[in-house]
Amino acid sequence: MNLFDTILVGIKEIWAHKFRSMLTMLGIILGVSSLVAMSALVKGMENGMKEALVAMGGLEKVRVEAQDDLPAYQKHLTDQAPGLLMRDVYALESGAPLVENITPIVEQHGYRSRINITYQNKRARPWRIYGTWPGILDLEDHRVEHGRMFNEIDNEMARSVCVIGVEIRNELFGDPEKTGKEIIPVGKVIQINGQPFTIVGMFEHYMTEKERKEKELARLKALKNPQAQVGVVRDKGRSGSGPSGYVFRLKNNSVFIPLQTMMIQFRAAAGVDETADPKLSGIYMKVKDIGVLETALQQIRNVLQVSHNGIEDWTFRTEEDLADGIQITISNFRMSGVIIAAIALVVGGIGIMNIMLASISERVREIGIRKAVGATTTDIFIQIIMESLVIALVGGVMGLAVSIALVQSITAFTPTENNPVITLQAMVFAFGCSAMVGMVAGMIPAFKASKLHPIQALKYD
Amino acid sequence: MALVELREIKKIYHLGGETIRALDGVSLDVQAGDFTSIIGPSGSGKSTLMHILGCLDTPTSGSMSLGGMDIHDATPRQLARVRGEKIGFVFQFFNLLPKLNVAQNVELPLIYQGTSGRIRKEKAMQALELVGLQDRAGHRPSQLSGGQQQRVAIARALVNDPRIIFADEPTGNLDTHTGEMILETFCKLHQEGRTIMLVTHDPEIAALTPQKIEIRDGKIAQNVDAKLAGKESRFKLSTSSHQSS
Repeated sequence: MNLFDTILVGIKEIWAHKFRSMLTMLGIILGVSSLVAMSALVKGMENGMKEALVAMGGLEKVRVEAQDDLPAYQKHLTDQAPGLLMRDVYALESGAPLVENITPIVEQHGYRSRINITYQNKRARPWRIYGTWPGILDLEDHRVEHGRMFNEIDNEMARSVCVIGVEIRNELFGDPEKTGKEIIPVGKVIQINGQPFTIVGMFEHYMTEKERKEKELARLKALKNPQAQVGVVRDKGRSGSGPSGYVFRLKNNSVFIPLQTMMIQFRAAAGVDETADPKLSGIYMKVKDIGVLETALQQIRNVLQVSHNGIEDWTFRTEEDLADGIQITISNFRMSGVIIAAIALVVGGIGIMNIMLASISERVREIGIRKAVGATTTDIFIQIIMESLVIALVGGVMGLAVSIALVQSITAFTPTENNPVITLQAMVFAFGCSAMVGMVAGMIPAFKASKLHPIQALKYD
Repeated sequence: MALVELREIKKIYHLGGETIRALDGVSLDVQAGDFTSIIGPSGSGKSTLMHILGCLDTPTSGSMSLGGMDIHDATPRQLARVRGEKIGFVFQFFNLLPKLNVAQNVELPLIYQGTSGRIRKEKAMQALELVGLQDRAGHRPSQLSGGQQQRVAIARALVNDPRIIFADEPTGNLDTHTGEMILETFCKLHQEGRTIMLVTHDPEIAALTPQKIEIRDGKIAQNVDAKLAGKESRFKLSTSSHQSS
């Protein structure tokens, strides 16, 4: 008996009991759709976390930061520690060919350093002010939406220019969501701790996918119902909470000025002899290729060991820990999703087995006839397995369709952290699972049916 | 050499500690072209004999060959193959599959031989023509009368061009007139040279067949097997089939 005929017999059998087969398939449909939908949600979550990782500069970013506390065995050398200096930047540029875009940073923490930015009678406190080079754009994945980034000439001349994040604009010039109009403050002069700075550029509004979607929804709602926006609008607090939201808020609350300007305007008073304190807060750079991260780190270590006379007053920071955290979170979610789907599939498989057992005890006579006219044990076995397989596969296909509908309705009704993404892998895997469930569930009924003795089967009423 | 040779066939069942000798040493030969009836009261073992002859069951002891092939020690797989290729069955209750139409029912034995779909259809139509039901190919068995259903079953038994056809009380479920028509069909097949074995409890039906085997208590009664294996019985064949047609 060839396979095509067997499958055809299976399909006919299922068609003959449409309602019963449909109910049987339900378990498989639920299992497959939950498997696919779960994996889509987890994939969306993963994308959201990766988005935050990219917003921080990606895995390739390496931060060398000054560290005041020396390791215990070097404690006595504390007064010899040179700190991070510009010469380290030049040493790295010439001595560490595996890294690029080496950018020095002098950071003024907004709150700890009591930085005040004022414009007319408005006041704002940035989360951080960086004195840096234009290379920071790439390192922190910034995009200047209005105006320009300061350039090397601004830095050389120590010009009093700054590039600000959107939140600073909102506090000093007004939030477009509240005032209803977008103010582009390029060219305006603001006071940073009493010193005038010209705004030459403003970054785009960084936000998570979730915020973007909520905004889009709010905009659509406003279009449909314009009355709702009239009058004072209440502040609903900061959105984008959660680990990935923080990165975006930090970036929106940043102010960048040229490194030289920072040194002259904010560091001159710090030194004892009225020269600027030359210490950098950190040096950021990118590894040219993520595959050579370890080697690149060793290069950096070698260069800095030499330039610091072996004193370890600096430390590395990479985003590997964050990436590992993402990996663990994702695999946990994925595991729980797989367990739920596996339970549904097992229940579905039991359903199929149950209905196949009922079906064969209903068809003992048919099996007897088939055996009498020449069907072998194997023929009957394959026939029953095929029927069970066809139920499972049809259920699997329907489950895939349901999962697509499910994911689409989730996306439409509840904006989550990130769009669920249905992957082809998940679909193939779920479909494969349904096929396997069908095979396994059909095994016992098929064995039972194939072992029926033709005479007993023929006598059976 | 005879088409079917049975030597000292025994079939013993054990039912709740009780031993039932359904067949107790049956030996017989069936020649190609024979039209034999197996008669006997119910419980005599005639159905068991037919099951063993039809390769549906294996004997407890004794030897049997069909067309030169040893059956008594064949595997279930080989038996299934013999049933599919060399044997046709007609049952009392027709045993058609209600979900399949007439043509599909007739095709059934060919499916298990791996015959391709086109040839299956051709052969099924030829077999239906033999029983005069080619215009009912698309009907369901439930849409046919009992006699028509039994003719479909005969067509199914013929479709694989078997060496021997077994009929188990083929008229048992039909009225007298329809039963006669079915018996006529068998006689016609016999005249075309087919080997037929017919199980019945009705001596009148048995009288129509040239060869008769009577089973009583698991044994062949009247000591007729030697006679049946001989050539004399073959002469009777033509006369009796003339009477019937």
